[in-house]
Amino acid sequence: MEAKTSQTEPDSLKENGLHFGIRVSIKALSLFVIFNLLFAVFYPPAAAKRVSAYNLLFPGRQRLPYGEIPEKSYNISLYDLEAMFASHELSNRNKPKDEYRIILIGDSSTWGFLLTPDQTLAAYLNREQISLPHNQKVKVYNLGYPTMSLTKDLLILSFAMQYQPDMILWPLTLESFPYDKQLFSPLLQNNPGKVRGLIKDYNLNLDLQDPKLKTPSFWDKTILGSRRNLADLFRFQLYGVLWAATGIDQFIPKDYEKRQEDLPADENFHELAPPKLNETDLAFEILSAGVSMARSSPVVFINEPIFISQGLNSRIRYNFFYPRWAFDDYRRLMMEKSSANRWYYWDFWDSVAPSEFTNTAIHLTPNGNQQFARLLAQVILSVASSTISNQ
Amino acid sequence: MSLTHLFVFLLIALIAGWLIPGRWRISFLLGASLIFIYWLQPSTPIRNLDFWLPTASIFLTVLVWAITHQPQANSMRLTWITASIVVGVVILVGVTRYVEPICCLTPSRPPELFRILITTGLAAGIIALLYHFSPGNRFLPYLAIFTILGLFIILKSEPLSRSTSAWLRYSTGQPYGMASALDLPWLGFSYLSFRLLHVLRDYQSGKLPPFSLDEFITYALFFPSYTAGPIDRSERFVGDLRKSLQPLESPTRYQNKVTNTAQGVQRIVLGIFKKFVIADSLAIFALNPQNAVQTTSTLWMWVLLLAFSLRIYFDFSGYTDIAVGLGRLVGIKLPENFDRPYLKTNLAMFWNSWHITLAQFFRAYYFNPLTRMLRTSKHPLPAWTIILIGQLTTMLLIGLWHGISWNFFIWGAWHGLGLFIHNRWTEWIRPREEFHTTLANNHRLTNLLNWMVTFIFVTVGWVWFALPNPALAWKTIRILGGE
Repeated sequence: MEAKTSQTEPDSLKENGLHFGIRVSIKALSLFVIFNLLFAVFYPPAAAKRVSAYNLLFPGRQRLPYGEIPEKSYNISLYDLEAMFASHELSNRNKPKDEYRIILIGDSSTWGFLLTPDQTLAAYLNREQISLPHNQKVKVYNLGYPTMSLTKDLLILSFAMQYQPDMILWPLTLESFPYDKQLFSPLLQNNPGKVRGLIKDYNLNLDLQDPKLKTPSFWDKTILGSRRNLADLFRFQLYGVLWAATGIDQFIPKDYEKRQEDLPADENFHELAPPKLNETDLAFEILSAGVSMARSSPVVFINEPIFISQGLNSRIRYNFFYPRWAFDDYRRLMMEKSSANRWYYWDFWDSVAPSEFTNTAIHLTPNGNQQFARLLAQVILSVASSTISNQ
Repeated sequence: MSLTHLFVFLLIALIAGWLIPGRWRISFLLGASLIFIYWLQPSTPIRNLDFWLPTASIFLTVLVWAITHQPQANSMRLTWITASIVVGVVILVGVTRYVEPICCLTPSRPPELFRILITTGLAAGIIALLYHFSPGNRFLPYLAIFTILGLFIILKSEPLSRSTSAWLRYSTGQPYGMASALDLPWLGFSYLSFRLLHVLRDYQSGKLPPFSLDEFITYALFFPSYTAGPIDRSERFVGDLRKSLQPLESPTRYQNKVTNTAQGVQRIVLGIFKKFVIADSLAIFALNPQNAVQTTSTLWMWVLLLAFSLRIYFDFSGYTDIAVGLGRLVGIKLPENFDRPYLKTNLAMFWNSWHITLAQFFRAYYFNPLTRMLRTSKHPLPAWTIILIGQLTTMLLIGLWHGISWNFFIWGAWHGLGLFIHNRWTEWIRPREEFHTTLANNHRLTNLLNWMVTFIFVTVGWVWFALPNPALAWKTIRILGGE
C-alpha cells in the first residue's frame, strides 16, 4: 500500500514539476518573441538613438566614432548616424550667439588618422582663435570620417545641417571623386535608406539599386538580428569612461609603415587611362548637391595637400594614389567647375612639405596639420568676413 | 568558459539529474567531467600540450587516489570499470585526431595514438606500483604533496614557466627562443591542486574517509567547479554524490529534486547575468596596466578602480553561481564562495565572505596548524607576534597563489597587515567600555564608517592585484590620493 502511494505521488509531482518547467519555458519564449517583434516593428526611432552617455556623463567626443582596435583606441566604428552624432561635442549644447560655427567634413586626413584629438585640423583651426566682425568667434567641429567618398561626406553633411553651421569647410582629394568609390564606405552601406534619399533628392549619378546598399530585412531589425549593432552601441557608451579618463580615441602605433616613396610605373587611375580626365569621370554633381544642401551657408572646397614623391617613378606619379596626369587634370577641372559655379575653392595641393606626411599620401603630421590650418584660417577669415558683410 | 560551454554543461547536468538512473550517474558525471576538461583546455603554442595538460590532470588525480586509497572501500570490479572509463576517454579524445568531421575536442590535433597508448601505459604502470606500495607508506603522500607544490610553483612563477616552456619547445622541436610563461595555460590546475592537497593532508592526519576511484575522480574533476572552484571538501562532496544516487522513493525527494532544479537554473541565470553582462561590461573600463598609464585624473582613476573592484567580484561570484547552480542540477550542493563581501564592516568579515573556500583551505591547512605550533612551542611567542606571523604569512601565501610576483606579494602583505591592524584595534577597543558604548550609540554611523574604511581598503588593495608592475601600482595609488 505504502509502495503504491510512493509510486503515484512522485509521478504527480514529476508531472507538476514538468508542467511548471514547460509553462515557464513557454512564457519566456513568448516574451522573447514578442519583444523581438515589437522591436522590429517600432525599430528604435531617432530620438531613442540620440540617448547617449556622451555630453551627459562624459564629455562629447571631438570626432565621429571610428575605431579599428576598440580595446586600445577606446572607440568603435558605429554606423548609426543618430548615435554617432549624439556622441559628438557638436550635440552638446545649443549654438551660442557669438559662435561662428564651421563644420569640417572630409576623409581620414580631416578626421585625423594617426593624430590625437588635439592634433587634428579642427583642433589647430580652433587654436588659431579666429575672430570675425560682430565679435563672432570661430568654432570648428571635426566631422571628418575615414574612407574616401564624396557621397559619404554628403551624407554626413546632410545630417550635420540640423546643427546650424555658418560655414562648411570641405577638404577634398581626387581619390574621393571616382564613381566606383562612391558607395564603398561601410557608413553608406549601413545607411541605405538615407543614401537612396540623397541620390533621389539631388539626382546623383549613382545607382539606387546598387547591391552595396543592402536594405535590412525584418529579421535584421529584431533584437536578435541587430544584436551586434546594439552590443557595439552599448560598448561605445562604456568606452566613454576611458575617453573621459584618458582623452584617447585612437590607437596610434609607435611604428607604422611610412607613405610609399618609390612608386609603380602605372599610369592608370582606377579604371581611367591617360591622357585626359573627363568631367563625367568624376562625381562633381555631389559637390553641387553639397552647395544646395548648405543653402545660405557657404561651402568652401579645399584641394587638400598631397605627398609629392621624389622616389622611383615619381615622374609618372605624384604618389601611391595619383598619376600626375590624372591629378593635374583633376585640379584643372576643379578650377573650371568652381569658376563656372562660383564655388569657394582653394587649392593647397603642394602647400605642405613631403616630410610632413605620415603613412599615406594625404595623412599629415601634427606639424603639417598646423601649417595647413594656418592657410585655412586665412580662407575662413576671408570667406566669413565677406559673407557676414554681405548679410 | 564561454556561453556555448555553459549551455552544453546545463544540458548535461539536466540529463544527469533527471534522465540518468542513479546507478549510472557517477559514471556519467565522471565521463562528462573527463571529456569537458579536454574541451575547456585553452590552446597553447607547444605542440600537443593542450592534450597532455588535461591528461596530466587526470593522471595526478588517479595518482593521488592510488596513494590515499583505502582497500576496504574499493571493489576491484568497480575500480577496473572506472579505470577502463578513464583510459577509454583519454584514447577516445586522442582518436578524434583521425575522425575528421569531429576533430578535435582539444584546441589542436591530439598526438598520434601510439604516443597516447605508450604514455597511458606508463602512467598506468606508475599508478599500479603506487597502488600496490601505498598502504602504510608515509613517504608517498609527502612525495605527492611536494610534486603538486613543485608544479604549482613552476606554473605560478614567470621565469620558471618560461624555462619549462623553453624545455618543452626544445623537446618538441619548436623554436625555444619564443618561449613564454603564457605557453603553459594548465586550466583548472590551481583548484585541482587544492583539492588534491586537501585529500593528501586529510589522509596523513587519518581524517580521510574511504572513496572509490569513480567518486574520487568525480570529486576532483567535477566539471562545474573545475575551472574556478569552489574548493569543496571531498567527504562533503562524496556524501552529496552518494545521496543523489539513491532511488527516488518518497515524494519529498522528488520535491527536493524539483526545487534543486528550479534553484539551480535560477543560480545559473544569475551567474550568467553577473559574469557575461555586468562583469564583462565593467571589464571594458576596469583598471588595467594600459589605462593606468594613460589616466592622470584622480576622479577617473577612482572610477576605473571601482570598475575593477566590482568586476572582479561579479566575474568570480558569477562563475561560482554557475558552478553552484550546475551542481544543484545533479543534486550536489557545492559550498558558497561569496557572502556579500563588499558589504562587510571589517576586514576579517570580508575575508570570511570573499573566496570563502580558499580562505577556509588556508585556515585549515596553514593558519591553524601554524598558530597551534607557535602557541605550543617550548618558547611561546607573545600572542600579537603569533597573530602577526599567522595572518601575514597566510595572506602572503594567498597572494602568491595568484602568481609568484611582487605585486601579488604586496597584495598579500597589504591584507595580512590590514587583518593584523584590525585584530589589534579590536583587542584595544574591547576593554574600553566607554568608547564601546559611544560606538554602540552611533551604531548606524559607525557601521557606515566601518564599511567605508573596509571597502576603500580592499578596493585600493586591488591596485596591487590589477597592475603587475609595483612602480605603476604605487604611481596609481598616488594619483588616487590626489597627486
